[in-house]
Amino acid sequence: MQRLLSSRHVTGWLLALPLALVLVLFLILPIILIVVVSFWTATEFSIVPAFSFENYEFLFGSAVTFSVFLNTFKYALVTWVFTLGIGFTVAYFLAFHVRSQNWQTALFLLCTIPFWTSNIIRMISWIPFLGRNGIANSTLLSWGVIDEPLEWLLFSDFSVVLAFVHLYTLFMVVPIFNTMMRIDRSLIEAARDAGASGGQILWNIILPLTKPGIMIGTIFVVTLVMGDFITVRFMSGSQSANVGRLISNDIGLLQYPSASATAVVLLATVLIMIAVMMRFVDIRKEL
Amino acid sequence: MEPRSRSFYVLAAFFGLFLIFLYGPTLTIAILSFQGPQGGLTFPMQGVSTFWFRDLFEEQAVGDIWGAFRRSFALGLMVMVTTVAVSVMGGLAFRKRFHGSTVLFYVAVTALVIPSILVSLGVGLMFSQAGLGVHWATSGFGAQLTWTLPFGLLIMFAVFNRFDKAFEEAARDLGASNWQTIRHVVLPIIAPSLVGVALFGFTLSYDEFARTLLTAGSYNTLPLEIYGITTNVTTPVIFALGTLTTVFSLVVVGAFIGGAWVMNRRRLRAGSDAGKGV
Repeated sequence: MQRLLSSRHVTGWLLALPLALVLVLFLILPIILIVVVSFWTATEFSIVPAFSFENYEFLFGSAVTFSVFLNTFKYALVTWVFTLGIGFTVAYFLAFHVRSQNWQTALFLLCTIPFWTSNIIRMISWIPFLGRNGIANSTLLSWGVIDEPLEWLLFSDFSVVLAFVHLYTLFMVVPIFNTMMRIDRSLIEAARDAGASGGQILWNIILPLTKPGIMIGTIFVVTLVMGDFITVRFMSGSQSANVGRLISNDIGLLQYPSASATAVVLLATVLIMIAVMMRFVDIRKEL
Repeated sequence: MEPRSRSFYVLAAFFGLFLIFLYGPTLTIAILSFQGPQGGLTFPMQGVSTFWFRDLFEEQAVGDIWGAFRRSFALGLMVMVTTVAVSVMGGLAFRKRFHGSTVLFYVAVTALVIPSILVSLGVGLMFSQAGLGVHWATSGFGAQLTWTLPFGLLIMFAVFNRFDKAFEEAARDLGASNWQTIRHVVLPIIAPSLVGVALFGFTLSYDEFARTLLTAGSYNTLPLEIYGITTNVTTPVIFALGTLTTVFSLVVVGAFIGGAWVMNRRRLRAGSDAGKGV
């Protein structure tokens, strides 16, 4: 017993046991079940164990699936571009242009606080801005920029992406800022001494060294957008679809097998994307 | 110090705009929640009143939000305590680099990146197929942990990467047992970060929507209740509710950050007596 407890493998597993249990019970088992159920069939009120490819056949045979997946990728790509641009600029400002450490901490906290409030409320809070009679439209009307209210501000792809950027830019700011703070400042001094301009320093020194942070932020943003269903439903007023909504619609109709099949395809897509991105970054080293 | 370059002012302006983008909408609904009784979902304000806040306290107006709040609060505390305990143990475990730790780490990362609706669907299916009803305190609790634990674990990695092992070695040299080293040396040093883990645990649970959607059962948590309300209530009472929960979240965040700050100060003051001798 004593010898057993002195092995780091045994004590390691004992300490990690609660974590492993939760992950097995509430992550691995449910995923296995989803895969199993994706081969089942459904009647109107119940699901029937079976081994049938009918859900997948239907999924891949339908043109809707492809357009919905395409739409999901589109949201992910556009959101990624904006969150990266905004997140990088904000992190760069905080890390390299704010000189006092107290200010740095305070401004960084200011950027992260919304993360701890409700996403649903943050979505709702766009309504008075974007609505037909909202602030954006009435301001533009009074300035004479437009003659009649813009219809595409709320309940459109525009508002969906706006909400995504609003919700998820933090996930870019935090890891990029974290990586930037670890860049050795003497590298930048050396570059400046060697005659590099500000732009050259940014492009040739800071950007390459920030790549791991960008990757982590990208992983977060892409997976959050790919797996979302509620932002798209709420901000598009149920007019646009993404894969998450496809799944949640099936769930609403109690078509669990077909929801599971779509979920399996979504999971595979996301995991492949993550696996590719993880090749560029060692997460454990970056913390 | 060299003078500020022009790019500083450009970037500062960009940062200012970003903050307006981040906080503007929330501030707007905070203002609009004081709409007069005749007011609508947007400006202009039809007078200023606390009518919509009073409306919130009448049960029939918006359903059972107080029950939902109590459940979310209880669930948040459960998730918070579990997250702190399990993350600390996990963080300690991963320092040992045991067999299979890499696999466990990747499973934890998967939990973090997996689309939330899959967790919801899978856990919901599992409980219903096993004949156990879904309930916020069982299936909902477990589903939320798959999101808060990896966050807690990553924070613990960050903490232990910066942890000075010399403290532990010194404790052991002075004859402390394993447990004494953890209890009297490691835990006090990492305590301020544990406040951070607790903050993550509580707020991520308190605001979680997707993972609880199919796992909460017949009693809604607050985010589910709020979502339900948005689909059938079109008065500023949603703004009043949004303002109240946001204020509550901010109070929680403020308390946690303040707590961490006080602990850090105390640690800095009482932690070392170096230089106090001759």
